[in-house]
Amino acid sequence: MNAMEQETANGSTVIRLRGEVDLSWSQQVRRAVLDALEASPRVGVELSGVSYIDSSGIAALVEGFQNARTHGRGFALVAVSDAVRSVLELARLDRVFPIVADAAAIPDVTGTPAWKP
Amino acid sequence: MNAAVPLIEVEKLEAWYGKRRILNGVDFRVDAGEIRVIMGGSGSGKSTLLRHMLGLNRPVSGTVRLFGKDIARASERDKLEVRKRIGVSFQGGALLTSLTVGENVALPLREHTALDESTIRIMSRLKLEVVNLGGFQDLMPAQLSGGMVKRAALARAIVMDPRLLFFDEPSAGLDPVVSAELDELILRLRDALRMTIVVVTHELESAFKIADTITVLDQGDVLMTGTVAEVRAAANERIQDLLNRRPREVQVDADEYLRRLTREDG
Repeated sequence: MNAMEQETANGSTVIRLRGEVDLSWSQQVRRAVLDALEASPRVGVELSGVSYIDSSGIAALVEGFQNARTHGRGFALVAVSDAVRSVLELARLDRVFPIVADAAAIPDVTGTPAWKP
Repeated sequence: MNAAVPLIEVEKLEAWYGKRRILNGVDFRVDAGEIRVIMGGSGSGKSTLLRHMLGLNRPVSGTVRLFGKDIARASERDKLEVRKRIGVSFQGGALLTSLTVGENVALPLREHTALDESTIRIMSRLKLEVVNLGGFQDLMPAQLSGGMVKRAALARAIVMDPRLLFFDEPSAGLDPVVSAELDELILRLRDALRMTIVVVTHELESAFKIADTITVLDQGDVLMTGTVAEVRAAANERIQDLLNRRPREVQVDADEYLRRLTREDG
């Protein structure tokens, strides 16, 4: 079942995606990511429950990351599933996106995690 | 859609070019997630079979179903839906020479989707990255080498993330390194983007590397469909001729031969 939830805590917004992110709703994801970046200094997109993502979904994430860099926001992909990772690797984007294990590690624009142990 | 419906189902397909029969009642089926290689020498009918699957030729008899739809009899609307779900990389590339590489790759997205321009730009450039042509979007097709044209054509074929990809002679005319890279890419496309892929080739090495299953065509007949190991072990003499690059023995029928040379009705 496809789903998108959003949660804000400690100055970070996490958008949690589930199911198959494809052309049918990737534009909603894009809007949600760009809106979150307007409101929050740190945004993470949590992808552990994503079983498939197509190029339009990846494009939404790319645009989000570029927007974050332009406007001095922190951005990361959080808990990336194997299915998402294989699509990222196809275009070598696994070496471009900040990828973190959990929401606490979403970096700010300087690369410093929000929370330090 | 019912998961049990094969993506491709060809039944008793016959094709003729003039008086020459090219396909002799071919049956052919591909299930989701497979990489199927259609192998055969020149004149085996493999390109004709491909043209029928793409709807470029209409069957004289027999049927071709893609995603469960009989493409010769489907409504225009159904045909369009099928077309959006397939990608085709033609042997010669078939890039539009008046458009840049980037515009060529973006074309299906502009034709078939209502995505915003920034998404289209990112998606098409992403696919150029996938085929190792990152940054080449502003060049014209005439400025590309043969191998680059082939890769740009592949980028356009996969820009919509098709469920079903047809790839005609991926290795033809390429140097061995680029050819090996393309083979690798075909495997990764299936695994990452869950594509079902049909490759038409006469390159044995490439066929054995990428195929889950191989269909061997010869003079319009399917000689066999099987795994790489099954094809290698096949007892059929024609298959062994193909595998061992032995020239075929041409049967000469004296009456038929003379008729061909002397017949006046063309």
